[in-house]
Amino acid sequence: MAASREEIIAGLAEIVNEIAGIPNDEVTEEKSFTDDLDVDSLSMVEVVVAAEERFGVKIPDDDVKGLKTVGDAVGYIADHQS
Amino acid sequence: MNATNRAVVVTGVGATTPLGGDSATTWEAMLAGESGARPLTQEWAADLPVTFAATAAVEPTEILPRPQARKLDRSAQFGLIAAREAWADAGFQGRAGEDAPVDPDRLGVVLASGIGGVTTLMDQYDVLRERGARKVSPHTVPMLMPNSPSANVSLDVGARAGAHTPVSACASGAEAVGYAAEMIRTGRADVVLAGGTEACVHPLPIAAFANMMAMSKDNENPKTASRPFDTARNGFVLGEGAGLVVLESADHAARRGARVYCELLGQGLSADAHHIAQPEPTGHGIATALRHLLATTDLKPEQLAHVNAHATSTPQGDLAEVKALRAVLGENLDPVAISATKSMTGHLLGGAGGVATVATALALYHRVAPPTINVDELDPEVDADVVVGKPRELPSGTIAALSDSFGFGGHNVVLALRTV
Repeated sequence: MAASREEIIAGLAEIVNEIAGIPNDEVTEEKSFTDDLDVDSLSMVEVVVAAEERFGVKIPDDDVKGLKTVGDAVGYIADHQS
Repeated sequence: MNATNRAVVVTGVGATTPLGGDSATTWEAMLAGESGARPLTQEWAADLPVTFAATAAVEPTEILPRPQARKLDRSAQFGLIAAREAWADAGFQGRAGEDAPVDPDRLGVVLASGIGGVTTLMDQYDVLRERGARKVSPHTVPMLMPNSPSANVSLDVGARAGAHTPVSACASGAEAVGYAAEMIRTGRADVVLAGGTEACVHPLPIAAFANMMAMSKDNENPKTASRPFDTARNGFVLGEGAGLVVLESADHAARRGARVYCELLGQGLSADAHHIAQPEPTGHGIATALRHLLATTDLKPEQLAHVNAHATSTPQGDLAEVKALRAVLGENLDPVAISATKSMTGHLLGGAGGVATVATALALYHRVAPPTINVDELDPEVDADVVVGKPRELPSGTIAALSDSFGFGGHNVVLALRTV
Protein backbone atom coordinates (compact mmCIF):
# COMPACT_ATOMS: atom_id res chain seq x y z
CA MET A 1 0.00 0.00 0.00
CA ALA A 2 1.72 3.13 -1.23
CA ALA A 3 1.91 6.23 0.96
CA SER A 4 0.46 9.51 -0.35
CA ARG A 5 2.65 12.60 -0.81
CA GLU A 6 1.12 14.04 2.38
CA GLU A 7 1.93 10.89 4.30
CA ILE A 8 5.50 10.92 2.96
CA ILE A 9 6.00 14.55 3.99
CA ALA A 10 4.59 13.84 7.44
CA GLY A 11 6.88 10.82 7.79
CA LEU A 12 9.96 12.78 6.64
CA ALA A 13 9.04 15.57 9.06
CA GLU A 14 9.08 13.10 11.94
CA ILE A 15 12.44 11.73 10.82
CA VAL A 16 13.98 15.20 10.41
CA ASN A 17 12.59 16.23 13.78
CA GLU A 18 14.15 13.20 15.41
CA ILE A 19 17.55 13.75 13.79
CA ALA A 20 17.87 17.55 13.60
CA GLY A 21 15.30 18.79 16.10
CA ILE A 22 13.44 20.86 13.47
CA PRO A 23 9.70 21.30 14.26
CA ASN A 24 7.59 19.03 12.06
CA ASP A 25 5.59 21.85 10.47
CA GLU A 26 8.77 23.50 9.17
CA VAL A 27 9.58 20.46 7.07
CA THR A 28 7.94 21.46 3.80
CA GLU A 29 8.61 20.49 0.18
CA GLU A 30 10.65 23.55 -0.82
CA LYS A 31 13.10 23.26 2.11
CA SER A 32 16.71 22.24 1.50
CA PHE A 33 17.93 19.56 3.89
CA THR A 34 21.37 21.15 4.23
CA ASP A 35 20.59 24.85 4.07
CA ASP A 36 17.24 25.00 5.86
CA LEU A 37 16.89 21.94 8.08
CA ASP A 38 20.34 21.54 9.67
CA VAL A 39 20.83 18.11 8.08
CA ASP A 40 24.50 17.79 7.12
CA SER A 41 25.90 15.11 4.82
CA LEU A 42 26.30 12.59 7.65
CA SER A 43 22.85 13.22 9.08
CA MET A 44 21.42 12.93 5.56
CA VAL A 45 22.53 9.30 5.57
CA GLU A 46 20.49 8.84 8.75
CA VAL A 47 17.46 10.46 7.11
CA VAL A 48 17.83 8.18 4.09
CA VAL A 49 18.17 5.00 6.15
CA ALA A 50 15.16 5.93 8.28
CA ALA A 51 13.12 6.77 5.17
CA GLU A 52 14.08 3.46 3.53
CA GLU A 53 12.78 1.58 6.54
CA ARG A 54 9.63 3.63 6.90
CA PHE A 55 8.55 3.66 3.24
CA GLY A 56 9.98 0.33 2.05
CA VAL A 57 12.24 1.84 -0.60
CA LYS A 58 15.92 1.43 -1.46
CA ILE A 59 17.78 4.69 -1.99
CA PRO A 60 21.23 3.92 -3.42
CA ASP A 61 24.10 6.24 -2.38
CA ASP A 62 24.37 7.62 -5.93
CA ASP A 63 20.76 8.75 -5.80
CA VAL A 64 21.09 10.45 -2.39
CA LYS A 65 23.10 13.26 -4.01
CA GLY A 66 20.04 14.23 -6.02
CA LEU A 67 17.86 14.69 -2.96
CA LYS A 68 18.49 18.36 -2.18
CA THR A 69 15.04 19.34 -0.98
CA VAL A 70 12.26 17.65 0.92
CA GLY A 71 10.27 17.74 -2.33
CA ASP A 72 13.07 15.82 -4.10
CA ALA A 73 12.87 13.12 -1.44
CA VAL A 74 9.07 12.99 -1.52
CA GLY A 75 9.12 12.58 -5.30
CA TYR A 76 11.81 9.90 -5.16
CA ILE A 77 9.99 7.90 -2.51
CA ALA A 78 6.62 8.27 -4.28
CA ASP A 79 8.16 6.98 -7.51
CA HIS A 80 10.09 4.09 -5.98
CA GLN A 81 7.89 2.68 -3.21
CA SER A 82 6.53 -0.76 -3.87
CA MET B 1 58.20 38.05 18.86
CA ASN B 2 58.32 41.16 21.00
CA ALA B 3 59.59 40.99 24.56
CA THR B 4 56.28 39.77 25.86
CA ASN B 5 55.52 37.91 29.05
CA ARG B 6 54.82 34.35 27.96
CA ALA B 7 54.10 33.22 31.52
CA VAL B 8 50.95 31.09 31.57
CA VAL B 9 48.04 31.83 33.86
CA VAL B 10 44.73 30.13 34.59
CA THR B 11 41.80 32.47 33.87
CA GLY B 12 38.86 30.08 33.71
CA VAL B 13 37.72 26.77 35.17
CA GLY B 14 34.94 24.36 34.21
CA ALA B 15 33.93 20.89 35.32
CA THR B 16 31.13 18.39 35.29
CA THR B 17 31.83 15.60 37.75
CA PRO B 18 30.24 13.03 40.04
CA LEU B 19 30.08 15.81 42.65
CA GLY B 20 28.34 18.46 40.58
CA GLY B 21 27.38 19.70 37.13
CA ASP B 22 29.79 22.63 37.28
CA SER B 23 33.07 23.61 38.94
CA ALA B 24 31.47 25.64 41.74
CA THR B 25 29.16 22.81 42.82
CA THR B 26 32.03 20.33 42.52
CA TRP B 27 34.31 22.51 44.64
CA GLU B 28 31.65 23.05 47.33
CA ALA B 29 31.04 19.29 47.52
CA MET B 30 34.79 18.67 47.79
CA LEU B 31 35.11 21.07 50.70
CA ALA B 32 32.10 19.36 52.31
CA GLY B 33 33.80 15.98 51.91
CA GLU B 34 31.06 14.36 49.84
CA SER B 35 31.38 11.16 47.85
CA GLY B 36 30.15 10.95 44.25
CA ALA B 37 30.03 7.15 44.26
CA ARG B 38 26.66 5.43 43.96
CA PRO B 39 25.20 2.03 43.10
CA LEU B 40 24.67 1.29 39.41
CA THR B 41 20.96 0.58 39.05
CA GLN B 42 21.07 -0.43 35.38
CA GLU B 43 20.11 -4.01 34.58
CA TRP B 44 23.50 -4.65 32.95
CA ALA B 45 25.31 -3.90 36.20
CA ALA B 46 23.70 -6.65 38.26
CA ASP B 47 26.12 -9.44 37.33
CA LEU B 48 29.32 -7.40 37.22
CA PRO B 49 32.08 -7.87 39.80
CA VAL B 50 31.73 -4.15 40.59
CA THR B 51 28.21 -2.74 40.85
CA PHE B 52 28.90 0.91 41.69
CA ALA B 53 30.67 3.92 40.20
CA ALA B 54 31.04 7.65 40.63
CA THR B 55 28.57 8.62 37.92
CA ALA B 56 28.02 12.18 36.73
CA ALA B 57 25.89 14.30 39.08
CA VAL B 58 24.13 15.92 36.12
CA GLU B 59 23.24 14.01 32.96
CA PRO B 60 24.83 15.81 29.99
CA THR B 61 21.74 15.14 27.88
CA GLU B 62 19.80 17.38 30.26
CA ILE B 63 22.12 20.25 29.31
CA LEU B 64 22.76 19.84 25.60
CA PRO B 65 20.00 20.06 22.97
CA ARG B 66 19.06 16.56 21.79
CA PRO B 67 20.05 16.97 18.11
CA GLN B 68 23.53 17.99 19.25
CA ALA B 69 23.83 15.42 22.04
CA ARG B 70 22.93 12.49 19.77
CA LYS B 71 25.94 13.24 17.56
CA LEU B 72 28.38 13.34 20.49
CA ASP B 73 29.81 10.48 22.52
CA ARG B 74 29.15 10.94 26.23
CA SER B 75 32.83 11.86 26.72
CA ALA B 76 32.48 14.69 24.19
CA GLN B 77 29.25 15.81 25.85
CA PHE B 78 31.05 16.15 29.19
CA GLY B 79 33.99 17.88 27.52
CA LEU B 80 31.81 20.40 25.71
CA ILE B 81 29.83 21.26 28.84
CA ALA B 82 32.96 21.78 30.96
CA ALA B 83 34.68 23.70 28.15
CA ARG B 84 31.74 26.09 27.81
CA GLU B 85 31.77 26.71 31.55
CA ALA B 86 35.52 27.42 31.56
CA TRP B 87 35.15 29.66 28.51
CA ALA B 88 32.39 31.70 30.17
CA ASP B 89 34.23 31.71 33.49
CA ALA B 90 37.21 33.31 31.75
CA GLY B 91 34.89 36.09 30.62
CA PHE B 92 34.38 34.96 27.02
CA GLN B 93 31.10 34.67 25.19
CA GLY B 94 30.46 33.19 21.77
CA ARG B 95 33.07 32.29 19.20
CA ALA B 96 36.59 33.63 18.95
CA GLY B 97 36.89 36.55 16.54
CA GLU B 98 33.12 37.13 16.68
CA ASP B 99 31.77 37.91 20.17
CA ALA B 100 34.84 36.72 22.09
CA PRO B 101 37.86 39.07 21.89
CA VAL B 102 40.38 36.36 21.00
CA ASP B 103 42.13 35.90 17.65
CA PRO B 104 40.83 32.51 16.46
CA ASP B 105 44.24 31.74 14.94
CA ARG B 106 45.74 32.24 18.44
CA LEU B 107 43.20 30.08 20.29
CA GLY B 108 43.83 26.38 20.88
CA VAL B 109 42.15 23.36 22.43
CA VAL B 110 43.94 20.46 24.09
CA LEU B 111 41.31 18.08 25.42
CA ALA B 112 42.27 14.53 26.25
CA SER B 113 40.51 11.28 26.90
CA GLY B 114 42.14 8.11 28.11
CA ILE B 115 39.81 5.70 26.36
CA GLY B 116 37.78 7.63 23.79
CA GLY B 117 34.24 6.90 22.68
CA VAL B 118 34.00 3.37 23.98
CA THR B 119 30.27 3.47 24.71
CA THR B 120 29.59 4.64 21.15
CA LEU B 121 31.74 1.81 19.82
CA MET B 122 29.95 -0.80 21.90
CA ASP B 123 26.47 0.57 21.12
CA GLN B 124 27.13 0.62 17.39
CA TYR B 125 28.60 -2.87 17.47
CA ASP B 126 25.29 -3.98 18.98
CA VAL B 127 23.47 -2.20 16.12
CA LEU B 128 25.70 -3.94 13.57
CA ARG B 129 25.06 -7.39 15.02
CA GLU B 130 21.36 -6.97 15.73
CA ARG B 131 20.17 -4.76 12.87
CA GLY B 132 22.83 -4.99 10.17
CA ALA B 133 25.48 -2.79 8.53
CA ARG B 134 23.02 -0.38 6.90
CA LYS B 135 21.78 0.74 10.33
CA VAL B 136 25.21 1.63 11.76
CA SER B 137 25.19 5.37 12.44
CA PRO B 138 27.19 7.53 9.98
CA HIS B 139 28.23 9.52 13.06
CA THR B 140 30.00 6.51 14.60
CA VAL B 141 33.58 7.40 13.66
CA PRO B 142 33.35 11.14 14.47
CA MET B 143 31.82 10.13 17.79
CA LEU B 144 34.21 7.39 18.88
CA MET B 145 37.52 8.90 17.79
CA PRO B 146 39.43 10.01 20.89
CA ASN B 147 40.06 13.45 19.39
CA SER B 148 36.32 14.02 19.07
CA PRO B 149 36.01 16.04 22.30
CA SER B 150 38.85 18.40 21.35
CA ALA B 151 37.58 18.72 17.78
CA ASN B 152 34.06 19.51 18.96
CA VAL B 153 35.26 22.13 21.43
CA SER B 154 37.40 23.76 18.73
CA LEU B 155 34.31 23.87 16.48
CA ASP B 156 32.26 25.34 19.31
CA VAL B 157 34.57 28.24 20.18
CA GLY B 158 36.23 28.63 16.79
CA ALA B 159 39.75 27.66 17.90
CA ARG B 160 42.17 27.48 14.96
CA ALA B 161 45.64 27.45 16.53
CA GLY B 162 45.31 23.69 16.94
CA ALA B 163 43.13 21.04 18.56
CA HIS B 164 45.10 18.24 20.20
CA THR B 165 44.48 15.05 22.13
CA PRO B 166 47.38 13.57 24.07
CA VAL B 167 46.62 10.02 25.15
CA SER B 168 48.36 8.55 28.19
CA ALA B 169 45.63 6.70 30.07
CA CYS B 170 44.98 8.34 33.44
CA ALA B 171 47.68 10.98 32.85
CA SER B 172 45.98 12.22 29.66
CA GLY B 173 44.18 15.20 31.16
CA ALA B 174 47.31 16.50 32.87
CA GLU B 175 49.38 15.94 29.75
CA ALA B 176 46.80 18.03 27.89
CA VAL B 177 47.19 20.92 30.34
CA GLY B 178 50.98 20.71 30.07
CA TYR B 179 50.83 20.61 26.26
CA ALA B 180 48.52 23.62 26.27
CA ALA B 181 50.92 25.60 28.45
CA GLU B 182 53.71 24.80 25.97
CA MET B 183 51.56 26.10 23.10
CA ILE B 184 51.39 29.44 24.89
CA ARG B 185 54.98 29.49 26.09
CA THR B 186 56.36 28.75 22.63
CA GLY B 187 54.18 31.40 21.02
CA ARG B 188 51.72 29.23 19.10
CA ALA B 189 48.70 30.48 21.01
CA ASP B 190 47.55 33.18 23.43
CA VAL B 191 44.63 31.26 24.90
CA VAL B 192 44.08 27.49 25.15
CA LEU B 193 41.18 25.47 26.57
CA ALA B 194 42.76 22.43 28.18
CA GLY B 195 41.83 19.42 30.25
CA GLY B 196 40.41 15.93 30.12
CA THR B 197 37.18 14.03 29.80
CA GLU B 198 36.06 10.43 30.21
CA ALA B 199 32.87 8.41 30.00
CA CYS B 200 33.30 4.68 30.29
CA VAL B 201 30.81 3.57 32.89
CA HIS B 202 29.84 0.59 30.75
CA PRO B 203 29.96 -3.15 31.48
CA LEU B 204 32.98 -3.86 29.27
CA PRO B 205 35.43 -1.38 30.82
CA ILE B 206 34.12 -2.20 34.30
CA ALA B 207 34.61 -5.94 33.78
CA ALA B 208 38.04 -5.32 32.27
CA PHE B 209 39.29 -3.01 35.02
CA ALA B 210 37.87 -5.33 37.67
CA ASN B 211 39.68 -8.30 36.14
CA MET B 212 42.94 -6.34 36.32
CA MET B 213 42.31 -6.26 40.09
CA ALA B 214 42.58 -2.48 39.87
CA MET B 215 39.12 -1.57 41.18
CA SER B 216 37.60 -1.67 44.63
CA LYS B 217 34.94 -4.37 44.81
CA ASP B 218 33.37 -3.01 47.99
CA ASN B 219 29.89 -3.18 46.47
CA GLU B 220 28.14 -2.83 49.82
CA ASN B 221 29.78 0.51 50.60
CA PRO B 222 30.16 2.65 47.46
CA LYS B 223 30.70 5.91 49.35
CA THR B 224 33.62 4.64 51.42
CA ALA B 225 35.20 2.42 48.75
CA SER B 226 37.61 5.10 47.49
CA ARG B 227 39.99 5.56 50.44
CA PRO B 228 43.42 6.79 49.29
CA PHE B 229 46.19 6.48 51.88
CA ASP B 230 43.97 4.44 54.23
CA THR B 231 45.31 1.07 55.37
CA ALA B 232 42.20 -0.68 53.99
CA ARG B 233 42.38 0.81 50.46
CA ASN B 234 41.74 -1.85 47.86
CA GLY B 235 41.46 -0.24 44.44
CA PHE B 236 40.02 2.73 42.59
CA VAL B 237 36.40 3.68 42.04
CA LEU B 238 35.52 4.43 38.42
CA GLY B 239 34.31 7.97 37.81
CA GLU B 240 33.16 9.94 34.78
CA GLY B 241 33.05 13.59 33.73
CA ALA B 242 35.36 16.35 32.58
CA GLY B 243 37.45 19.22 33.83
CA LEU B 244 38.99 22.04 31.80
CA VAL B 245 40.87 25.24 32.44
CA VAL B 246 41.41 28.28 30.26
CA LEU B 247 45.15 28.91 30.05
CA GLU B 248 46.27 32.28 28.82
CA SER B 249 49.50 34.17 28.38
CA ALA B 250 49.95 36.55 31.29
CA ASP B 251 50.12 39.46 28.84
CA HIS B 252 46.90 38.54 27.07
CA ALA B 253 45.12 38.13 30.40
CA ALA B 254 46.45 41.45 31.68
CA ARG B 255 45.47 43.31 28.50
CA ARG B 256 41.83 42.31 28.87
CA GLY B 257 41.79 42.64 32.67
CA ALA B 258 40.98 38.98 33.24
CA ARG B 259 40.61 37.47 36.68
CA VAL B 260 43.63 35.21 37.31
CA TYR B 261 43.29 32.11 39.50
CA CYS B 262 46.99 31.26 39.53
CA GLU B 263 50.03 30.78 37.36
CA LEU B 264 50.81 27.48 35.68
CA LEU B 265 54.57 27.13 36.03
CA GLY B 266 55.05 24.06 33.91
CA GLN B 267 55.17 20.31 33.89
CA GLY B 268 57.43 17.41 34.74
CA LEU B 269 57.20 14.30 32.59
CA SER B 270 58.60 10.80 32.63
CA ALA B 271 57.84 7.18 31.80
CA ASP B 272 58.37 4.25 34.19
CA ALA B 273 59.43 1.64 31.59
CA HIS B 274 58.55 -0.87 34.30
CA HIS B 275 55.21 -2.60 33.63
CA ILE B 276 52.20 -1.95 31.40
CA ALA B 277 49.83 -1.54 34.34
CA GLN B 278 51.68 -1.83 37.66
CA PRO B 279 53.21 1.28 39.21
CA GLU B 280 56.97 1.17 39.76
CA PRO B 281 56.93 0.50 43.53
CA THR B 282 59.82 2.76 44.59
CA GLY B 283 58.36 5.76 42.76
CA HIS B 284 61.51 6.16 40.66
CA GLY B 285 59.60 7.23 37.54
CA ILE B 286 57.51 9.75 39.45
CA ALA B 287 60.66 11.13 41.05
CA THR B 288 62.16 11.59 37.59
CA ALA B 289 59.11 13.64 36.58
CA LEU B 290 59.44 15.75 39.73
CA ARG B 291 63.13 16.39 39.03
CA HIS B 292 62.30 17.34 35.46
CA LEU B 293 59.73 19.78 36.83
CA LEU B 294 62.23 21.36 39.24
CA ALA B 295 64.88 21.58 36.52
CA THR B 296 62.67 23.23 33.92
CA THR B 297 60.42 25.58 35.89
CA ASP B 298 60.71 28.40 38.37
CA LEU B 299 59.16 26.24 41.10
CA LYS B 300 60.85 26.79 44.46
CA PRO B 301 60.40 23.71 46.65
CA GLU B 302 60.15 25.81 49.80
CA GLN B 303 57.07 27.53 48.32
CA LEU B 304 55.19 24.25 48.02
CA ALA B 305 52.09 24.20 50.23
CA HIS B 306 49.75 21.71 48.56
CA VAL B 307 49.70 18.61 46.41
CA ASN B 308 46.63 17.30 44.66
CA ALA B 309 47.82 13.71 44.71
CA HIS B 310 47.14 11.18 41.99
CA ALA B 311 46.36 8.70 44.81
CA THR B 312 43.64 6.51 43.34
CA SER B 313 43.27 4.23 46.40
CA THR B 314 45.40 1.36 45.12
CA PRO B 315 47.74 -0.31 47.61
CA GLN B 316 50.94 0.16 45.56
CA GLY B 317 50.25 3.36 43.66
CA ASP B 318 49.46 5.61 46.62
CA LEU B 319 52.68 4.61 48.39
CA ALA B 320 54.91 4.98 45.31
CA GLU B 321 53.68 8.54 44.90
CA VAL B 322 54.48 9.55 48.47
CA LYS B 323 57.88 7.87 48.30
CA ALA B 324 58.73 9.87 45.19
CA LEU B 325 57.57 13.16 46.71
CA ARG B 326 59.67 12.51 49.80
CA ALA B 327 62.71 11.40 47.83
CA VAL B 328 62.79 14.54 45.71
CA LEU B 329 61.44 17.18 48.08
CA GLY B 330 62.96 15.96 51.34
CA GLU B 331 61.97 18.11 54.29
CA ASN B 332 60.26 20.58 51.94
CA LEU B 333 57.44 18.02 51.89
CA ASP B 334 56.85 18.38 55.67
CA PRO B 335 54.55 21.44 55.57
CA VAL B 336 52.77 20.38 52.36
CA ALA B 337 49.03 19.65 52.61
CA ILE B 338 48.36 16.54 50.54
CA SER B 339 44.83 15.99 49.25
CA ALA B 340 43.47 12.97 47.41
CA THR B 341 40.30 14.31 45.81
CA LYS B 342 39.66 10.97 44.09
CA SER B 343 38.38 9.86 47.49
CA MET B 344 35.35 11.99 46.57
CA THR B 345 35.20 12.16 42.75
CA GLY B 346 36.31 8.62 42.07
CA HIS B 347 38.87 8.18 39.29
CA LEU B 348 37.90 9.94 36.08
CA LEU B 349 40.80 8.28 34.17
CA GLY B 350 41.60 10.64 31.26
CA GLY B 351 39.37 13.26 32.86
CA ALA B 352 41.17 13.09 36.18
CA GLY B 353 44.05 15.42 35.32
CA GLY B 354 41.62 18.06 34.11
CA VAL B 355 39.50 17.92 37.25
CA ALA B 356 42.62 17.87 39.44
CA THR B 357 43.95 20.98 37.68
CA VAL B 358 40.65 22.74 38.34
CA ALA B 359 40.74 21.66 42.00
CA THR B 360 44.38 22.73 42.42
CA ALA B 361 43.76 26.13 40.83
CA LEU B 362 40.77 26.67 43.12
CA ALA B 363 42.76 25.50 46.16
CA LEU B 364 45.43 28.14 45.47
CA TYR B 365 42.88 30.84 44.64
CA HIS B 366 40.80 30.25 47.77
CA ARG B 367 43.82 29.13 49.84
CA VAL B 368 42.21 25.98 51.10
CA ALA B 369 43.18 22.36 50.54
CA PRO B 370 40.22 20.00 50.04
CA PRO B 371 40.01 16.97 52.31
CA THR B 372 40.79 13.32 51.71
CA ILE B 373 37.77 11.36 52.90
CA ASN B 374 37.50 7.79 54.15
CA VAL B 375 40.90 7.78 55.86
CA ASP B 376 39.96 5.89 59.02
CA GLU B 377 43.50 4.71 59.63
CA LEU B 378 46.30 6.45 57.76
CA ASP B 379 48.74 3.94 56.31
CA PRO B 380 51.80 4.29 58.59
CA GLU B 381 54.04 4.02 55.52
CA VAL B 382 52.58 7.28 54.17
CA ASP B 383 55.34 9.65 55.22
CA ALA B 384 53.48 12.88 54.43
CA ASP B 385 50.87 15.25 55.83
CA VAL B 386 47.55 14.09 54.37
CA VAL B 387 44.59 16.44 54.78
CA VAL B 388 42.18 14.02 56.41
CA GLY B 389 38.43 14.52 56.74
CA LYS B 390 38.14 18.31 56.74
CA PRO B 391 39.55 21.01 54.44
CA ARG B 392 42.63 22.87 55.61
CA GLU B 393 43.51 26.54 55.19
CA LEU B 394 46.67 27.19 53.17
CA PRO B 395 49.25 29.81 54.21
CA SER B 396 49.32 33.41 52.97
CA GLY B 397 52.09 34.75 50.79
CA THR B 398 53.33 33.18 47.58
CA ILE B 399 52.56 29.47 47.62
CA ALA B 400 52.81 26.74 45.02
CA ALA B 401 51.02 23.45 44.44
CA LEU B 402 51.49 20.28 42.43
CA SER B 403 48.87 18.29 40.58
CA ASP B 404 49.97 14.70 40.01
CA SER B 405 48.63 12.36 37.32
CA PHE B 406 49.95 8.92 36.44
CA GLY B 407 48.64 6.47 33.87
CA PHE B 408 48.65 2.81 32.94
CA GLY B 409 51.65 2.38 30.71
CA GLY B 410 53.89 4.18 33.19
CA HIS B 411 53.11 7.77 32.13
CA ASN B 412 53.92 10.35 34.81
CA VAL B 413 52.84 13.98 34.64
CA VAL B 414 53.29 16.52 37.43
CA LEU B 415 51.96 20.05 36.94
CA ALA B 416 53.13 22.98 39.06
CA LEU B 417 50.93 25.97 39.84
CA ARG B 418 51.59 29.07 41.95
CA THR B 419 49.61 31.97 43.37
CA VAL B 420 49.96 35.31 41.63
